[in-house]
Amino acid sequence: MTARVIMQTPDIHRVLTRIAHEILESNRGADNLVLLGIPTRGVTLARRLAAIFQTIVPGAAIPVGALDVTMYRDDLWQHPTRMSSPTDVPVSIEGSTVILVDDVLYSGRTVRAALDAMTDLGRPQIVRLAVLVDRGHRELPIRADFVGKNLPSAHDERINVRLAELDGEDVVTIDQAVSA
Amino acid sequence: MSAPRFLIRGAQIGSGSATDILTQGNVIAAIGSGLDSAGAEIIDAHGLIALPGLVDLHTHLREPGYEQSETVLSGTQAAAIGGFTSVFAMANTNPVADTAGVVEQVLALGEAAGYATVRPIGAVTQGLEGMHLAELGAMASSRAQVRVFSDDGKCVSDPLLMRRALEYVKSFNGVIAQHAQEPRLTEDAQMSEGEVSARLGLAGWPAVAEEAIIARDVLLAEHVKSRLHVCHLSTAGSVEVIRWAKARGINVTAEVTPHHLLLSEDRAETYDARFKVNPPLRRREDVLALREALADGTIDIVATDHAPHPSESKECEWGAAAFGMIGLESALSVVQESMVETGLFTWDDVARVLSITPARIGGLASHGQMLAVGAPAEITLVDPHDRQVFTTDRLAGQSHNSPYLGIDLPGRVMWTIHQGYATVAGAKLIATDIIAAQAEEVRRG
Amino acid sequence: MRHLLSTSELSRDAAIDLLDISEDMAAVADRENKKLPTLRGKTVVNLFFEDSTRTRISFEAAAKRLSADVINFSAKGSSVSKGESLKDTAQTLSAMGADAVVIRHGASGAPAVLAASGWIDAGIINAGDGTHEHPTQALLDAFTMRRRLHGAGSRGKGLDGVSVTIVGDIVHSRVARSNVWLLKTLGAEVRLVAPATLLPVAVHTWPVTVDYDLDHALGESAPDVIMMLRIQQERMNQAFFPNPREYSNVWGLSNARWIGLPATTLVMHPGPMNRGLEISSAAADSPQSTILEQVANGVSVRMATLYTVLTGNREVHA
Ligand SMILES: [Zn+2]
Repeated sequence: MTARVIMQTPDIHRVLTRIAHEILESNRGADNLVLLGIPTRGVTLARRLAAIFQTIVPGAAIPVGALDVTMYRDDLWQHPTRMSSPTDVPVSIEGSTVILVDDVLYSGRTVRAALDAMTDLGRPQIVRLAVLVDRGHRELPIRADFVGKNLPSAHDERINVRLAELDGEDVVTIDQAVSA
Repeated sequence: MSAPRFLIRGAQIGSGSATDILTQGNVIAAIGSGLDSAGAEIIDAHGLIALPGLVDLHTHLREPGYEQSETVLSGTQAAAIGGFTSVFAMANTNPVADTAGVVEQVLALGEAAGYATVRPIGAVTQGLEGMHLAELGAMASSRAQVRVFSDDGKCVSDPLLMRRALEYVKSFNGVIAQHAQEPRLTEDAQMSEGEVSARLGLAGWPAVAEEAIIARDVLLAEHVKSRLHVCHLSTAGSVEVIRWAKARGINVTAEVTPHHLLLSEDRAETYDARFKVNPPLRRREDVLALREALADGTIDIVATDHAPHPSESKECEWGAAAFGMIGLESALSVVQESMVETGLFTWDDVARVLSITPARIGGLASHGQMLAVGAPAEITLVDPHDRQVFTTDRLAGQSHNSPYLGIDLPGRVMWTIHQGYATVAGAKLIATDIIAAQAEEVRRG
Repeated sequence: MRHLLSTSELSRDAAIDLLDISEDMAAVADRENKKLPTLRGKTVVNLFFEDSTRTRISFEAAAKRLSADVINFSAKGSSVSKGESLKDTAQTLSAMGADAVVIRHGASGAPAVLAASGWIDAGIINAGDGTHEHPTQALLDAFTMRRRLHGAGSRGKGLDGVSVTIVGDIVHSRVARSNVWLLKTLGAEVRLVAPATLLPVAVHTWPVTVDYDLDHALGESAPDVIMMLRIQQERMNQAFFPNPREYSNVWGLSNARWIGLPATTLVMHPGPMNRGLEISSAAADSPQSTILEQVANGVSVRMATLYTVLTGNREVHA
């Protein structure tokens, strides 16, 4: 494998700040927003976004939650059994504007599962999707509203997102499988 | 004077050196080299070992009554393919072999089939119910000349009844073959009681249930000066009791099955009911103690306890499965594996425990003689160098409940000669009609 | 996990994963919509050769919350009680397209026989077999202990150093066996207390300490958890102990013994209880008692079990 570094701490911070501004702009402020991260790294990114909001709009405490989608996936028979993660949504999402947050948008199946999972929790007014990286190859009619970086990639490449809170460093790499 | 029949070339007699054996009619006519073989069928037996035809003192032929499991014909075919020329048929048929009529029927079925000499064992008690003595004298004086009596499958647990039986059979030099199992201590028992049973949650069968009965019976045999045979020893403790009794001069003989010489209780781990047997498989220590005891003569013989069951009796949950496993076809291989390959036995020892001594215990003069000039032509030729995975191809009986399927075993019976004719040639069973005709010819003289 | 037959097959990681998934399943039970779509289109058969309404309902609720179709196949009054073999029943269920079979059977090892047979391709979940094991009961017991002891911080944790005393009919108890192996795997220290008649003779080979005397055992050090096992009616007249009164006096969790325990000691019972025999009402109904939680947690643990057995790429797992 050869790994190419795509983003590091300053890049990640920069794009998250931009996304935060875009969200505030489209929402016309911080009112009614709920950030729901998709475990594991989506939750971390959602927390970072919430922190950035506070620097932009002092006093804005935007609720952050975790939305596990494992039990809603359509590929549970294609892989070894997946571990689930906790779902923790601290406020009612009824009538709110939910920003779903994930690290990488790929086939769109995870987001499809997230929409179903969210439906079982309540009925938001608006749902938007924010991702750090969009690598293309959609298999469902899903697109992100806020994208940190568009990264066209080949199927056999791996996009690897590492975040300091979980992995000890901030880095996004693209791993090229080298055929023997 | 009948014509020469077989010239067996280059066979090693027991542990001895290679030689030729010439049979004539149903006796061995000559042993040596340069024998006149005019008209004889030549068997190339180089590399094979010649044993006196094997004798099984403990076979369940299931007929009459349980013909879906085995018949006298199919059971003796299994015997032949395993190298046996005589089997003692246990009494737990339906009707039970507790009258002269039933034992004579079994005898006649064996004679008609012709694959092996069938000696019926008579029940000790009527219907194996442990209440009243069966007609022991009538069975002894019948055409079947029963000498071995057993309620096998059940224990003669009533001490007074056991004493009377031991005394009664003295008048015709009979022997009581006891299935030693204290019934109260083994109610609902499923496997040997110990570490494995505790883990598997199967009701335990304590060693003491066997050992206590053996201890009682050797003391009874001593007291009434009779002869006792103990079936299928399974524990190290039973060996100690027999050793003590023999040292004391008590007239007791003991048997062990091939499976108790090779398999241990851990086979139950998968709840594969092929390993469910009575008495149960025991600990590794017990297996080793049984081998030692067979090697030092404390245990006199190996007997198969061949117990055929239809597949539905084994393809089920352990608790619902029948006890027992077939053993005739595999016995010699298992004895080779557990006793010869381990260096505990010579092939002469194999002849002793699988032919000579069981014939003596059962009072069967026509079998179990050393291969010598004038001895009956009851001969088994085994290839000791063969080693392969044991499969259903090796089975000749009606049932397939062998615990050895899929296990690597040495040795293969290549020829079995019974009453002078071959029942097995080149490891293949000779056809039923041919054998029946040969047997008929022998009977006519 | 292809089947769940015995807790002895579970590694520490696999056991903790199951408990963690159970936590996520338990969270679903707290929301308004208690249903997950996970096992839509899958068929779970509850094959009960023994009556056990409690266990069957628990599995049924678990399967339904995961959107599986549930077929209850009770042996009573069916062809099974008319002598149909396990093999024939299994082949029938296979033909019906069962993806998982939850089996309760009076014969030890029946689930293992089913799993190894080739008669049916379904995942097999042991819901109690004879006197062998009852793995989901042990999992729910461990789950209950972990929640009480670690609360919200349970995730990822075992039961390291937790002292558990199991009292009663060990030799005939599938609950005890499954608990002994699982608790050991999770790092707990297990003590068994019973008259010698109700312990396996080979109990010294188990990873436990043994005491015949309950007062002595409790006097040495109060356990973190005391689990009382049910005394079955049919044991009463088989000389395992002289009579129920003597059993209750010596091995029951009486009021006096319960009052002597610290307020932190959890009181567990797999149910159904014989109040006044192995456990006093005061102990059973006390705040330390987890008996009702055990019932609720049972559904979560069985959801996790069904999820783990029914999902996953079998080729990868095999
Ligand atoms: Zn027997």
